[in-house]
Amino acid sequence: MRHFFTILSHELRMLLVSPFTYVATVLFLVVMGTIFTWMLEQFAEAPQQASPAAMFFLFFEVPVLFMVPLLTMRSISEERRLGTLETLLTTPVSTVEVVLGKFAAAYCLYMALWASTGGFFWVLWKFAQDPRLFDVGPLIGGYLFIAVSGLFFIAIGIFTSSLSRNQAVASILSFSLLFGIILGLNFLRKMEFLNNEALFPVKAAVDYVQVFRHLEDFTRGIVDTREILFYLSGCALALIFSILGVEAKIVHS
Amino acid sequence: MSDPNSAPAIEVENLVKTYSGVAAVNQVSFTVKRGEILGFLGPNGAGKSTTMRILTGFLPATSGVVRLCGVPVASESDKVKRLIGYMPENNPLPEDMRVSEYLYYRGRLKEVPRKRLRARIDEVLELCDLKRVRHRIIGKLSKGFRQRVGIAEAILAEPPVIIMDEPTIGLDPHQILIVRDLISSLRGRMAVIISSHILPEIEMTCDRVLIINQGRVVATGTPGELRREILGHSIYKLEIAGDLSGLPALLNVVEPSLKITDQSEPDLQGFCTLRLATERDDPIGESLLRALTADSRYRIRGLGQEHPTLEDVFLAATKRTWEIVDAQGASK
Repeated sequence: MRHFFTILSHELRMLLVSPFTYVATVLFLVVMGTIFTWMLEQFAEAPQQASPAAMFFLFFEVPVLFMVPLLTMRSISEERRLGTLETLLTTPVSTVEVVLGKFAAAYCLYMALWASTGGFFWVLWKFAQDPRLFDVGPLIGGYLFIAVSGLFFIAIGIFTSSLSRNQAVASILSFSLLFGIILGLNFLRKMEFLNNEALFPVKAAVDYVQVFRHLEDFTRGIVDTREILFYLSGCALALIFSILGVEAKIVHS
Repeated sequence: MSDPNSAPAIEVENLVKTYSGVAAVNQVSFTVKRGEILGFLGPNGAGKSTTMRILTGFLPATSGVVRLCGVPVASESDKVKRLIGYMPENNPLPEDMRVSEYLYYRGRLKEVPRKRLRARIDEVLELCDLKRVRHRIIGKLSKGFRQRVGIAEAILAEPPVIIMDEPTIGLDPHQILIVRDLISSLRGRMAVIISSHILPEIEMTCDRVLIINQGRVVATGTPGELRREILGHSIYKLEIAGDLSGLPALLNVVEPSLKITDQSEPDLQGFCTLRLATERDDPIGESLLRALTADSRYRIRGLGQEHPTLEDVFLAATKRTWEIVDAQGASK
């Protein structure tokens, strides 16, 4: 694992010098700022049941669906397109180190983006000084959820990036996978045919992987190890597939 | 396993690589001694790049054994990666890094100790004449500089084996000269294997040449040896006018092994250009000229011994394999 940090620092550096990163960051903050403002207006008009933090994190899928493909699509497919993957893998670096290094770099940037939304809450607390509006519990729970689920989502992005040399294909693929996991499974749960008794195990499984349910639990302060395990195992699986993806592409190249 | 310090730099035995049933590399065997420069010649699609990728451990071989400094590539690819400097075809480089940054990153990946790395980067920048551009962004460099960055990167960790796939492709003659000198300067310190289809290149830099076609080794040896082996011993070029039907008999008198290999159409003055091949090594030009001028049927404009270039060797050698392949195809 001695090369992991070399690759991580290289990747972070490349992300920081790329103008693309700053464009993405600005877009992210504009979208999240708009959502936050809209939410504050709702609070100003009428008292709400949920705290601002809980309500804010309900919109997590908007940045996830757009930012994760943007952040991860370049990582492996770009190297493959340029051919630098070949020079990279002929140094004493293992595929595992390459994939983990790229994953860690993308995850760091993802978390840095989310951490910047903490500024919104700081502004809210600074100017409103209203303890009813500023509830620490859901805030910590929400960020914890983002941190844990981010592992899985970023790993999916890395996986799709390992499949294609074309960034557009990689990003569309990861968008579809994320859409299926976050919104598709939510839709599936509401399907009538799952109430059939024979399909009960399927229904139980679908109920278990409801991302929105997990978010609700986290913001309410319930940190369920089963849910954490879901994201960790999903992340591990996606990363293993990416390693296999990189290696299989070499064998068949 | 033999002692890693005495084993040849590269040993390849019966290497085979098939892509979905089609053999890209077929029973290739060769060795490269330490400090030797081997040129890898072949037409496009001959299996040069595939062989080189297998040598680096990047591609797995279908069968056969490859050892670098005594270390088998297939089972100990981690060790092998520390023994090679590899520059792939088209020399891929990251676009948005500075030259010195890139070399530092690669040096760290190649496990050059941090303390030595700065000094070593200065050394290779000097060696490849890159000092002026060390702070420039690679994507904005000209092709010649990029190529030299690739070479600098390959020799950075001072590996015993350097593998370069077409290092001079797309360079202007002046840049080719610089790259060639650079490669020559590695002689004796590192074993270098370079592929190319620019023949004068190979002839000037390489100690030994390996010609490969259709995945098979067609010929191997020093450029001089190849000339003799592939083309017969000597070739004479004769410009002659007159009735040529009696010529073979006359040639037979001068030297029994003398044969006409090539004959052109007569030009405006009625002179044909002939190529004569003989197995004799010593010059027979004088006796040949005397016999021809003595005969009143012929008029001679010129006679000279030809010094075949590696190009001729290459064309003759590849033609020979096509004939073998065609014969095999016809017999099926």
